[in-house]
Amino acid sequence: MKSSKLAGAIAAIGLSAVLASPAAFAAEEQFFPVIAYRTGAYAPNGTPWANGYVDYLKLTNARGGVNGVKLIWEECETAYATDRGVECYERLKGKHGGATVVQPLSTGITFALTEKAPVDKIPLITAGYGRSESQDGSVFAWNFPLLGTYWMGADVLVQHIAKKEGGFDKLKGKKIALVYHDSPYGKEPIVLLQERGKMHGFDVQLLPVAHPGVEQKATWLQIRQSKPDYVFLWGWGVMNSTSLKEAQATGYPREKMYGVWWAGAEPDVKDVGEGAKGYNALALQHGAEKDSKVVKEVLEKLHAKGQGTGPKEEVGDVLYMRGLISSMLAVEGMRAAQGRYGKGKRITGEQMRWGLENINLDQKALDAMGLAGVMRPVQTSCLDHMGSAWARIHTWDGKKWNFSSDWYQGDEKVLRPMVINAASKYAEDKKIVRRTPDDCKK
Amino acid sequence: MSFFLETLLGGLMSGMLYSLVALGFVLIYKASGVFNFAQGAMVLFAALSMARFSEWIPEWLGMDNLLMANLLAIVVSVVVMFAVAWLIERLVLRHLVNQEGATLLMATLGIGYFLDGLGQTVFGSDIYKIDVGMPKEPVMMLESVFEGGILINKEDFVAALISAMLVLALTIFFQKTSTGRALRAVADDHQAAQSIGIPLGRIWVIVWCVAGITALVAGIIWGSKLGVQFSLQTVALRALPVVILGGLTSVPGAIIGGLIIGVGEKLSEVFLGPYVGGGIEIWFAYMLALMFLLFRPQGLFGEKIIYRD
Repeated sequence: MKSSKLAGAIAAIGLSAVLASPAAFAAEEQFFPVIAYRTGAYAPNGTPWANGYVDYLKLTNARGGVNGVKLIWEECETAYATDRGVECYERLKGKHGGATVVQPLSTGITFALTEKAPVDKIPLITAGYGRSESQDGSVFAWNFPLLGTYWMGADVLVQHIAKKEGGFDKLKGKKIALVYHDSPYGKEPIVLLQERGKMHGFDVQLLPVAHPGVEQKATWLQIRQSKPDYVFLWGWGVMNSTSLKEAQATGYPREKMYGVWWAGAEPDVKDVGEGAKGYNALALQHGAEKDSKVVKEVLEKLHAKGQGTGPKEEVGDVLYMRGLISSMLAVEGMRAAQGRYGKGKRITGEQMRWGLENINLDQKALDAMGLAGVMRPVQTSCLDHMGSAWARIHTWDGKKWNFSSDWYQGDEKVLRPMVINAASKYAEDKKIVRRTPDDCKK
Repeated sequence: MSFFLETLLGGLMSGMLYSLVALGFVLIYKASGVFNFAQGAMVLFAALSMARFSEWIPEWLGMDNLLMANLLAIVVSVVVMFAVAWLIERLVLRHLVNQEGATLLMATLGIGYFLDGLGQTVFGSDIYKIDVGMPKEPVMMLESVFEGGILINKEDFVAALISAMLVLALTIFFQKTSTGRALRAVADDHQAAQSIGIPLGRIWVIVWCVAGITALVAGIIWGSKLGVQFSLQTVALRALPVVILGGLTSVPGAIIGGLIIGVGEKLSEVFLGPYVGGGIEIWFAYMLALMFLLFRPQGLFGEKIIYRD
C-alpha cells in the first residue's frame, strides 16, 4: 500500500512537472530581434521601417505562423549609432533561445557586425544597404544584401539617365554630382560611378555632407557654380529634405535630381511639398503600395483590431513597405529552412542561412502573399546573396510618389567583376577561404 | 567674382542664423554664469511646440486661417517656454545656488537630455512643418553688374533681418533696463547680488524666459527652413564655435562671431574643401574659433577676468 502511494505520488509529481513545462504544450516559437531606431536624428525614417517590420511579423502570426511556429520578437533602440547597434546585437543574440537572423538597418552597424556574424552563426539581412561586395556569398557567407546593393542602385541610375539622354554614348562629357552622406553608406556608390564614368566619359563630382546634413549651403553653392547635368543624392533622414530645400533655394531643377531608395520616401519630401515636385528616386522594387493586397490584409487583421504598429495612415508608405518586405524575406528564409530541416520546427542560425540561400519566390508565391505588383520574383543561391537586381524610378508629384520608369536590371557585366574583385580582396585581407559548391550543400 | 560674393553673402546670412542660437547661450551665461548645454534642446522643444500647436489649434477651433493659427501657436508656445523656465528654476536651479559652475553645467546637460525626450514624447518624433510664410524661391540681384547676377536666398535674408532685430532688442534690454542690469549683477556674483536685495530666483526665471523666447524665434526660423525634427537640436553645435569666438558674455560678440564663423566655414568648404576631399566646414569652424582663442582666450568681446590673490 505504502509503495503504491509512493508510486502514485511520484507519478503525480511527474505529471505535474510535465504539465508545468511550457515546452510540453506551448507551440514552437522563433525569435526575431528587431534592431531599429525610433529616436534621434533619423527617427522619422527609421520609425515607419520598424512599424512595417513588426507588422509583418504580427501578420505572419495572424496567418497561423510559419508552419505553426509562432514568431516572437524584441525591439532594441539604436538611434542609428553604430556602438548602440552592436550593443543591441550582443544583448539580443542569445535571448529566447537565440537569434537566427538580424537586420540592422544601418550600413555602419552592418560593417561592425560583418565580422561577428560568422562567429555567432547568425545571418545578417541588409535589404538594400550594407556592403555591395557582400552579394558574393562564397566570401560573405553570412551577409544577405537581398534585393539590391548600392552598386546596383547606382548602376540603374546611370542606365536611366543614359536612356533619357539617348544612349550611353551621349553621357560623354556630362557631369554628375554625387551629394552623399559622409559615412560608409554614402561612400558606397562612389567606386561604381567612377567605373561607369571611365567607361562612358562622364565626370563625377563628389560632394560629402557631414552628419546629420542640416547645413548644405556650401555644397549647393558648389553645385550652382559647377552646374552638373544631374545630381545623385545619397542621403538619409533630414539630409534629404535639406538637399531638396537647398536645391530650391539655389534654383537647381528637381527634375535633374535622383535619389537612392533611402532618399525616396514620404519623410524626405512631405515637408518640402511642392518644392520637391519633379524629384526622382530609385524604388527598391516597391514604392508606396496603399492598394496592395498585403496592406489591405494588415489593415484588416491588425489595425482594425487595434493590434497594428504605428499610425494606420502610414501603412503602405514607402519605408513602411521596405520594413514589411525586409521582414517577409526573413520569414520566407525561415520557411525555406523548415522545408529542409523540418516543418513546424524551430530553426538554428545555420539552418536560417541555408534557407536564405534557397529563397525562391516566384510570381505565384508573391501573389499568394498579397505582393502582386509590389515586387518581382526573388531567387537566391549560395553564390548570389542578392537574389534580384531589379529597380525602377518613382517621381514626387508634390503630393505622392508615382512610378515614372520601366524596370531596370543592374548590369551583371559591370557589377559582377567589381563584386568578385572586392570580395576577393576582403577574403585575402581577412584570410577567408572561398566556399566551394560542396560547401554550399551543407 | 560674383560666385565669391554669393558665397560671402551666403556665409553672412548663415552666420546670422548661428548668432540667433548663440544668443541663447550668451543670455544665460551673461545673467547666471551658467553655460547652458540645454540650449539646443530648448530650440527643438520650442519648435516642436510651435509646429504642433499650429496644427492642433485649427483642428480644435475649427478654423482655417493660417495667420491666426500661427499667432495663437506662438502665444501658446511662449506660455510653454515660460512654464519650462519656471520649472527649471523651481526643480533644478533653486537647489544649486552658490554651487560650483561645473555642477550647474552638468545640470543643464541633464535638462537638455530631459527636454529632448519630453519633447519627442509629448509632440512626437516625426518631421513637422512650420509655415510662417517665409519665401522659398531665390532672387537674382545685380544682374547688370555681374554676368548671371548674384543669387540671394530670400528665406535666409528675412531670417537674418529678424535675427538682427532680436539682437537689437536684447542689447537694449540688457543695457537700458533695470532688470537687465540686475541680470548682469547676478552673473557677476550670486551672493553679492542677493545681499543688495536682488531676488535671485526671480532673476533666473526671467533670464530662462528670455532664453526661451530666443529659442522659440530660433526654432521658428530654423524649423521653417529645415522642418521640425530631432536634428534641429544639433544646430546648437553650430553655435558653439560662435560663442567661443565671440565671447560668452557679449551679445554683439555673438553677432560678430556668427558672421565670422558663417563666412569662414562657407569660404573654406567652397574654396578649400575640393582640395582636401570636402566636408570640412564643421571642423573648420571649430578650428577657426580655437585659433582665435590662442590670442584672445576670452573671445573677441568677452570680459577679461583678472584674479587677484
